Formats: sequence, structure tokens, C-alpha cells
Amino acid sequence: MSFFAMHFNYIVVVILLMAGLFLVFSSGNLIKRMIGLAMFQSSAALFFISLGKVSGGTAAIAVAPGSTEARALASQLDPAYVAQVGVEGVVYSNPLPHALILTAIVVGVATLAVGLAIAVRIREAFGSVEAKDIDVLSRVEATQPGPQA
Amino acid sequence: MITLPASINASLVLDIVLLVMLLVVAGAIVRTRSLLAAIILFGVYSMISAIWLVVMDAPDVAFTEAVVGAGISTIVLLGAILLTRGETEKSDWRKLIAPALICAAVGGVLIYAAMGLPDLGDASSPANAHVGRAYLEGTAKDIGVPNMVTAVLASYRGLDTLGETAVIFAAGIGVALMLGFGPRSSLASPPSNLGDRHVTLRVAAKLLIPLIALFALYVQFHGDLGAGGGFQAGVIMAAAITLHALVFGLRETMAAIPSRVARSVASLGVLIYAGVGVVCMINGGGFLDYDYLFPPAVEAQIPGWILGDGSHAPHWGQHAGILLIEIGVLLTVTATMVTVFYGFAGRTVDDARREAKR
Repeated sequence: MSFFAMHFNYIVVVILLMAGLFLVFSSGNLIKRMIGLAMFQSSAALFFISLGKVSGGTAAIAVAPGSTEARALASQLDPAYVAQVGVEGVVYSNPLPHALILTAIVVGVATLAVGLAIAVRIREAFGSVEAKDIDVLSRVEATQPGPQA
Repeated sequence: MITLPASINASLVLDIVLLVMLLVVAGAIVRTRSLLAAIILFGVYSMISAIWLVVMDAPDVAFTEAVVGAGISTIVLLGAILLTRGETEKSDWRKLIAPALICAAVGGVLIYAAMGLPDLGDASSPANAHVGRAYLEGTAKDIGVPNMVTAVLASYRGLDTLGETAVIFAAGIGVALMLGFGPRSSLASPPSNLGDRHVTLRVAAKLLIPLIALFALYVQFHGDLGAGGGFQAGVIMAAAITLHALVFGLRETMAAIPSRVARSVASLGVLIYAGVGVVCMINGGGFLDYDYLFPPAVEAQIPGWILGDGSHAPHWGQHAGILLIEIGVLLTVTATMVTVFYGFAGRTVDDARREAKR
């Protein structure tokens, strides 16, 4: 039970990853595919943040050593655990995945916007964002040379 | 009374409950055929994951996820379905078998592999024990800012962040090139905005927008002390500008912040960031090595720089460097998000139809 609880995050990450992938595979609608990709990306974020979590940790914002807050935070920890981890005072979670994912989220929305902009232009060119319509129309266009835009 | 095993504590229970909620929402997104429902559910998904991020000790990321996921990306997606079509076509269930099988197989292999990963919260796992620990222990000595996420983001890995800022800028320019820089004057359509009909919205927005902008500035300048920084502040500021455009109309907003200004500011931000790096090089350090931000002649002029025993006050260069590059990030992120919004909002359905006929 405990093993399952301690690996539950990874199971959820995999399921979300596959849900995103399934949307990309199965949906013919380009907008729905972009939502699937966004979900795929978000599951990667969940994975990184899960890896950076430290039991008994707090957010990676330094508390002045010896302050009341630091003592209050340190008093919540089990002394045996602290000795095992080998830290003094407050335990912090790993800041590195946080820094990576923070920028990745903003980059993600910018690239999502690029994908959606392409979808909008495809709709203008073919009158549809369904993959099978686009497929048919682009084949028709390839066989008969239309007027150049 | 039921006593839980020692390994299961309150934060683990919260973690599991929130993740189950995420799974339910994700399932609903996969099932629904209405694109509007999928987009709103995706906003809910982002909000839940923002709360989960706070449980996982990542308030900086939670900030970003809440503003980006529930604010900016929802608006961009809504703009996109306005210009396309609101519903997906019903797909034949037989065509879903192959993707479902592939996903199930890959998922099964990944879950099997995930069982070999370290336990959640393992302090001695490779991810937490080596470079993560080095940053935790070195920040106070090397950088001197309390928020270690900002220290990693802006100083230790400043070069990565410069790259990410450049990617955001490039994406904004890409959207602008594809969708245009806002409404075309020749195709002026009658301005339709919510504010004309809803006085309550207009009054509430007038009260809210300055507060949101003020909060963005707080998040910006508080970024090295607590949770926050240029990325979060940038998206919050963009949300304030977007709210103005939604309530008072795109034209009003574009009169205040023309597209030309937004584009220039986006490139200015990247320029400031890279410029700080070049100044550090000119003064004898490496690229983005903030300890060399000020030349020695200038350092002598700054009061309090040279301590009584002749040594340097520590970390002034780091503080100034982080402040400057965070301003660069703020400018680029805000201006890019505004440019993207102008692109989607300015391309009206009429434009799309006209283009399609051509």
C-alpha cells in the first residue's frame, strides 16, 4: 500500500501522458489535438515537480537560520528523519525542477499559440480544421492547379 | 480511530486527492466532443494542477500555471475556436481501437518502468542529492537571494532562461506573422465589446485592472525574496491588458498600447537580457556572470559597496543583474502575450471568411 502511495504520482503522470497522446492520435480536429499536446506537456511538468519533492520539505525560499520561522519549521520534522537526510534545520524541496518547469510553462503557451495560429490559417485555406477534410482538399488541390494566392 | 501508517501524512493525502481530480478532468477532456467544454475543462485542469503544485512546494510554478493555464491559454484557445469551428466530428469507434491499444501498451511499459523510480519525496534520490543539493547549499554564498528558484533561474542557469525568453519572443513574432498585428484598418468591423451592455463588468474591470497590474509589479520586484519573478509578473500583466481588451474593446486597448509598441517592447526585453550578459563580458567576466556587472571604477562610486576592511559588499552585482534580466523577461513575456492576443482577437470571423473566399 505504501509502495503504491509513494509511486502514485508517476502512475498519474503516465496516464495523463497517454491521455494526451490518445487525443493527438484519435482526434481529427486540430484544436483538440493542440489540447492533447498541452496535456502531454503538462504531464511532463507533473513528473519533474514530483521528482523534486522532498519529504518534510518546504518551498525553496530560504528562511533565515535561527529565526522563529526556521525553528518552527525544523521542529515539525522527525529528528531521526533529519539525521538520515543529513541536513541541518529546515528541509527544502529541490529548486532546479521548479526553475525548469516555470519557464517551460510560459514557453508552452507561446508555442500553443503558434500551433493554434497555424490551425486558424489552415481553416482559412481549406475551410476546415478536421484532418480528413484537409487531406481530401489538399489532394484535390494537388491534382488541379488552382490560382496562386 | 484509524491510525494511518507513518509514511502517509496529510500532504500525501492532498497529493493523491488532487491527482485523482486531475485524472477525472482529463478523462472528461478526452470524452467530450464540444471544443468549448474541452477548453473550459482544460482551464479547470490547470487550476487543479496549480493547487497541486503548492502542495508539492512549488509556489513559483503554481503562480505561473494558474495565470497561464486558467487565463492566457484559455483565451488563446477560445480565440482559435471562434475562428474555426466549435465541435469535433463524431469519429468511428473502430478507428479508435488502434490508438487506444498503442497508448495502453506504451502506458503499461512506462508504468512498469516507473515502479523503479525513487519514492516520492526521497531526499537521497539522484535528482535531489547532486546538483539540486548543490544549488540549495550554494545559493546563500554565491547569489545571496532567499528565493532559490530565482537564483537557479536567473543566475546559475541564466543562459537557459535567455534561450527560453528568445523562444517566447520568436513564438510571438511567428503568431503575429501568421495572423497579423491586430485588426486591419481597411476591414474595420463595428466594435462589439461586452462593456457596452454590461455596466457591472465595466465598473468591476476598472477597479480590478489597476490592482492586477500593481500585483504584477509586486510579483516582479518581490521575485528574489519570495515566490515570483519576471515570467509570472509578465503573464499577470498580460492578463490585465487582455481583460481591458475583453471589456472595453480591442480598439481601446490598441489605442493605449499599439501593436507596434508591443512588438518593440518584446524585442527590447530580449535585448536587455542579452545586453546584461554582454556588459558582464566587457567588464572581464563570463557571459551573464553578474559579479562582473559593474566596472571597478563604478563600484568605487556606489556608497556602501566597499566595506570598512576594504572588501566588496557581497552580491551587489548578483542583485542588480537578476533585477535587470527579470525586467527583460517581464517586458518580453508581457509584450509577446499581448501581441499573440492582438493577433487572435484582431482577426475577426469576417477576415477569416474573406480570406477563405480569396
